[in-house]
This record gives sequence, C-alpha cells and structure tokens, in this order.
Amino acid sequence: MTKNVVAMILAGGQGTRLGLLTDEIAKPAVPFGGKYRIIDFTLSNCVNSDIFNVGILTQYRPHALSKHIGIGRHWDLDRKDGGVVMLPPFQGRSDADWYSGTANAVYQNIDFIDSFNPEIVLVLSGDHIYAMDYNEIIDFHFSKIADGTIACMRVPMSEASRFGLMIANFEGRIMEFQEKPQQPKSNLASLGIYVFNWSFLKVKLIEDARDPNSAHDFGKNIIPRIISDNSGQLYAFNFEGYWRDVGTLQAYWESNLELTRPVPGLNLHEPTWRFYTHTEEYPPAYFSPEAKIRSSLISEGCEVYGTVENSLLFQGVHIGEGSIIRDSVVMTNCIIGEHCTIEKAIISERTIIGNSVQLGFGEEKPNKVSPEIYNGGLVIVGSDVKIPDNVLVGKNTAIWNHVGEKQFEGEVPSGEILYPEER
Amino acid sequence: MKVLGLVLAGGRGANLRPFTDIRASAALPIFGKYRAIDFTLSNMVNAGISKVGIITQYSPRSLMDHIGSGKEWDLDRKQGGLFFLQPFFRLSSETIGYKGTADAIFQNMTILKRGNEDFVLIGSGDHIYKMDFQRLFRAHINNGADITVLTIPFSKSSKEVISCNAGRVTGWYKDTKSFDINEEELRESAGVYFINKFLLRELLFSCVPEGKDNLVEVISANLSSLKVMEYRFEGFWRNLTADVAIYFKTNLDILNHKIREELFYKHGKIYTKLKDLPPPKVTTTGRVTNALVSDGSIISGSVINSVVFKNVRILAGAVIENSIIMEDCVIEEGARLENVIMDKNSRIRSGRKLSGSPENPAVVEKSGVI
Repeated sequence: MTKNVVAMILAGGQGTRLGLLTDEIAKPAVPFGGKYRIIDFTLSNCVNSDIFNVGILTQYRPHALSKHIGIGRHWDLDRKDGGVVMLPPFQGRSDADWYSGTANAVYQNIDFIDSFNPEIVLVLSGDHIYAMDYNEIIDFHFSKIADGTIACMRVPMSEASRFGLMIANFEGRIMEFQEKPQQPKSNLASLGIYVFNWSFLKVKLIEDARDPNSAHDFGKNIIPRIISDNSGQLYAFNFEGYWRDVGTLQAYWESNLELTRPVPGLNLHEPTWRFYTHTEEYPPAYFSPEAKIRSSLISEGCEVYGTVENSLLFQGVHIGEGSIIRDSVVMTNCIIGEHCTIEKAIISERTIIGNSVQLGFGEEKPNKVSPEIYNGGLVIVGSDVKIPDNVLVGKNTAIWNHVGEKQFEGEVPSGEILYPEER
Repeated sequence: MKVLGLVLAGGRGANLRPFTDIRASAALPIFGKYRAIDFTLSNMVNAGISKVGIITQYSPRSLMDHIGSGKEWDLDRKQGGLFFLQPFFRLSSETIGYKGTADAIFQNMTILKRGNEDFVLIGSGDHIYKMDFQRLFRAHINNGADITVLTIPFSKSSKEVISCNAGRVTGWYKDTKSFDINEEELRESAGVYFINKFLLRELLFSCVPEGKDNLVEVISANLSSLKVMEYRFEGFWRNLTADVAIYFKTNLDILNHKIREELFYKHGKIYTKLKDLPPPKVTTTGRVTNALVSDGSIISGSVINSVVFKNVRILAGAVIENSIIMEDCVIEEGARLENVIMDKNSRIRSGRKLSGSPENPAVVEKSGVI
C-alpha cells in the first residue's frame, strides 16, 4: 500500500526565531539531540513507515542540508526505485520561480509527484521533532474516505493562538479552520502533517496558483479555501504521541534538555523506531577520573574532564578540567577550556572557549536588539566563535557566528549582541 | 602506486576462548565499539587502498555481518572494493580449507592475477595498531626492497623473532632459546608484509606446492636471494589473540590519554559498523569516572576504570570496576563487578557479585545470565 505514497518534506524555511542558529543553515539542518539534525526525525519517520518516495523542498541556504542528506544512504533511501530527491527551486519554461509559499513549492513540483503516479501525497514539515507512524494517519484517511486529513494535537488553550486550529465535528470532520487566531475557538492544533488524495490536491494546487491574491500557503490558503468552498472532505487525525515545534530558541533549548530526563517524551532508544542520521565516525565518549556527570547526554567523541550537569554534549566536545557546564547544549567539536562556568547556554558547532570564561553571568536584562528572539536568560554562542580567556558573558546575549578573539573586551554585559567585524 | 590489501582474518584464536568460540579472532570486540579487524582495515583505507581481500576461514559469520558490503570503509565500490576470500572445495584436494597463510593466498590466486595493482600489503585482522602505511610504502621504494616486513621491539616471549643487519632481515626464528645472537639486532615481526604482486605470485607458485604453507616459511626460505627489509614500528601494537589477560588489559589500555590520542586521532580515523544509536546517557544516579562509554548506553549506576560498549544498561546501585562490558549487556540494581569481561548480550542479576583479578579476569559468556 505504501508503494503509492509520495512524501513531500517542506525544508525551505529559515526559522528566523532561532536567531543566529539559522543564519547560515536552514532550520531543518539545525543540529538536535546530540548527533541528529532536525530533519532526521521526519526522514526517519518516513523510512520507518515504509515510505521510500521522498522529495525534500529546499530554498533557504540548502548546502548544509544537501550535504547532510547526500543520496540518502544513511536512511536507506539510496534506492533503485524511488529514494530521496532534493527539490530546490528551478527555472522552467514560464511560471517557475522562487517558492513563494508552501503550496507553491509543491505546485512547482507537480511533475515530480506525477512521475510516481501516487494515490496519496503526504505533505510534511522538516522543522518538527516527533515520532509518528504515517501508516496510522493514512489508514484513518482511507477509513473516512476523506479527500484530505490533517494531523492534530490538543494544546493548552493559552498557547492555541500560536497554531492553526481545527474545529471538528463528532466524526472528526473539520468544519472550520483558524490560522493563528487572536481568539481561538478550539485547542485542536494542526501539526503541519497533511495527507491528501493526489488527484484532489493537484486540482486545489492549480486553482490556488491561479489566484493572484493567495499567499500560496497550505495553512493560510489551501486548507481554509477547501473548508469555505466546501469543496472537499477534510478530517482531523488526533495524534497523541510526542511532537514538538522547536521554532524558538527557548523551545529548542527545552526540547534538547528534555532528552536528559530519566524517561523523556521522545524515546531515542526505541529499537523498532530508530532515528537515523549522517554523522562522522567518532570513538566512544571518555570520562576522566575527575569528571562529574549528572543527568546528561554525552555523545561519542567527547572527552570530559570537568563537571556536566543536566546538559547535552554533541559529538567530539572537549570539556577541560574544573569547568562546570550546567543546563546547556554544546554542539559538535566545541572545545571548552579549564575552569569555565557555563550556564543556560546554546553553543553552536566548532566554537573554542578559553580558560576561566563565564557564560550566563550577572543580572538578567532584556536583549537590546531582538528581545523577541534572545530571551529566557539564555546565552547563544554561534559556530566557529573563539572566546579568549577570562571573558564574562551576561544573560539574554548572542555572540554571532565567526566572532574572533579580538572582538572581546573583557565583558559582554547582559542583553548585548556581539557581531563579527566584517558584518 | 596501486596497492592491493589482503587481511588475514581466518584465525581460530584458541587462546581466547570462550570469546572465540562464537566468532573469528578478527571479530573480537574492542574499545567500546570496534572489532579487531577495524584497525588493519582502516589503516589500509587511510593509506589510499581501495581494493581489499579479507581471507576468512574460522567462524566468519559475525565478521561478515560486521563488515557487510564495506560501506563504512568506503569499500562498496564499482572498481575494486571489498572481497571475501573464503575456503572452498577443490577437485584436486580432499580437504577443505586453507593449510596456512601462504596457501590461503595461493588458493585465491585470481585476486592477484586480476586488477592493475603493482603491490600487495598483507596484514592480520588480529592486531591493534595505528600507522601510516604510506611511509612504509615509501621506505620500501627508497630501500629498493623486494619485501618489507613491519617489525616491533623484540620481547623474550616472542614467537616471530627476526634478526636484522642494517635494516636487512637476516634470519627468522620461532623463539630465542636455540641460539645466541646480540639482542640489539633482534626484532619481532608484526605480521605485515609489503611485496611486489608479481614477485608474490612467483614465490607462491614455487613454494606452496613444495609444502611451505605459511608466508613466514615462504619468506624466510628466500632471505638470502631476496632483499627483505624491515620497517620499524615503535607505537602501540598488540596481538589480541595472545591470551585473555592481554585481551582484557589491551581493552583497558584505551583509558590512557596517550594511547587514545595515538589510536583514535593520528593518521586518520578508525571506521566501524554504524548503528545509529542515540548518545550515551548518564542519569541523576549515575557516576562515571575514568571510563569509555559508547552510543545507546544508559548509566544509572557507578562505572569506574571500565569500558562500556553499545546499548548497555547499568541500573541504579550497580558498581562496575575495572571491567569490560560488551554490547547489549544489562547489569541490574546493586550488582557489583570487578575485573570482569562480559561478552555480548549477557546479564547480571540484581545484587550478584562477580570478581576476578587483572591477570585472570572473570568471564561471562555471550548471552549468559548470572
């Protein structure tokens, strides 16, 4: 049955609320959980659901993503029949251009989908962390004889206005749809996972493409229009497993640290639902006689000589003697010197921190430039940063990618953003 | 220079029972996530070798499962790549199997006849060391050697003793009892040979039918007619199949910073089969000091001076000291282990105590329950 399913993964978004983490890479390529990247979860869900025809729609800074996925061999997607295809925007005879919205991205690749002659198209987002067997939603879709099915989850009413909301009848048929409303009428939130009959969706995409007033977006245009025209039957599939949108730095930080809890919501150890990724080969993690580790994930290739509490270290991280890492996420190949204190920080890849550096120091003050992005008392350090010895960095701060040693003058007070020279 | 790699991986490893009851010695687990053969294979691949034959004989299942298509070593290729050379029935002989290392290559002469390689590098799947073979290749050319043998410092217990004169190998002995030579001239063979492919073919055709079934016999019979040179290796080198105590000690050697540096970070990486397990986790009750921990493991107990392989569960209150815990093992609450090697998939029931000594470690067999 799954032979005639095509999965289209939307991976073109920048994810601006992740601040400097997505300055150089697309959000689906942002590292997560010690060795993965965000898109690994959606891709692994596809493979574990026996869906092997996968298109990845890329647009914003796709290089890291393309390199990560390659020919899909780490997901067993290097296949003779089907497999994974990267679908960047392209120049066609006429109407092709940059992808102007999620629906437009799928619309421009109608030929690609048609080549499989599928019965079902699964529209997925490469931005979310979740474990889901798509066969369940597809079975539900067939059982309702639906034209489209949207995966939904109950969310706290206070957060409902951040989501696209469904108002469904007793059967699960969607009667009304609200996209990020001020006054939510429901708390049944769309997870950005859509199942459509291809023949139905194709017509809707072509109609939408002809509408000059449309933003060509699934949540804003396609779904509301189907409901308002009553031109198809849409059903809400209630998903009860683990699902997170790591759209903000705060949510990203929390979801990562959640993995260090005794029984996390997302079980990375489940042998029947493994998450695959493309990583470098590293030797096992080494813990020195002085190391004190508590409630943490320490990935392979790490060498820990200091104290790590309630934190997540990615592969190849080196923590010097006497350093204390608390409530932090430290990404691949970072080197942290001796006698540092690092609290509530996200440190991006390949950053080198000297001795006696303190991150997360002093009073909390709102960020001066982008308080909506850099908040929650977090310290965000970019990739390839070099922090010299004895530097103090305050809270709600950001140190941009590639900031060099010379740009530090003793202290970065709370609420500051430090940019590299050539910017 | 094009080089064909041959890895001798058929060894029985009789001194390493019970670990070799179920696997070839080249498939012995080591350092938390590797198998013995990974070292020789990665050394070869890191030196630019893209065609490797693995000669198997004894119990190859786990070895073949580990290596698969050679994908992790970039040996799943259209040109060259990986070849398993297994023993087979021949019409001309009643016995199946290889009589020795030379016979094994002789019976697989096809791999020497085909291909455009000029040289052959022969190594053993049982040896743990990290080196840049390119330097050995260069020394071979610069010396104008016919055969280059990798040598390590001599020890009294050595069974592959070589006497050398100004870099040239002059004699090859099984032990040092029967003669009296200045010890400064003695070295030990590390079981790695570099030789011109066409010369190897000629030597095999002339020696194997005469009953010289091992490479050592073939080479030592020609020491006077051929220029056999030594290439000195002074780094970390271990033969895993010596005995259980050495296997145990070698595994723990990796806790030494210098040895880790040499084996893992010099001259390229060591590649192994990937399993995509999540990162190791230490819970609130866990304590890990001076230990190596691999992917997929969850530590809730105490681990001291030990090597923990993949997907191991050490439950709260368990204490592991000076031990090797292999893949998929479970150590239940309150169990205590000291100087123990636990083979794969074994389990220690809660509250049990097990201890050995560094010279004679206690062993839990594969899938055993104590």
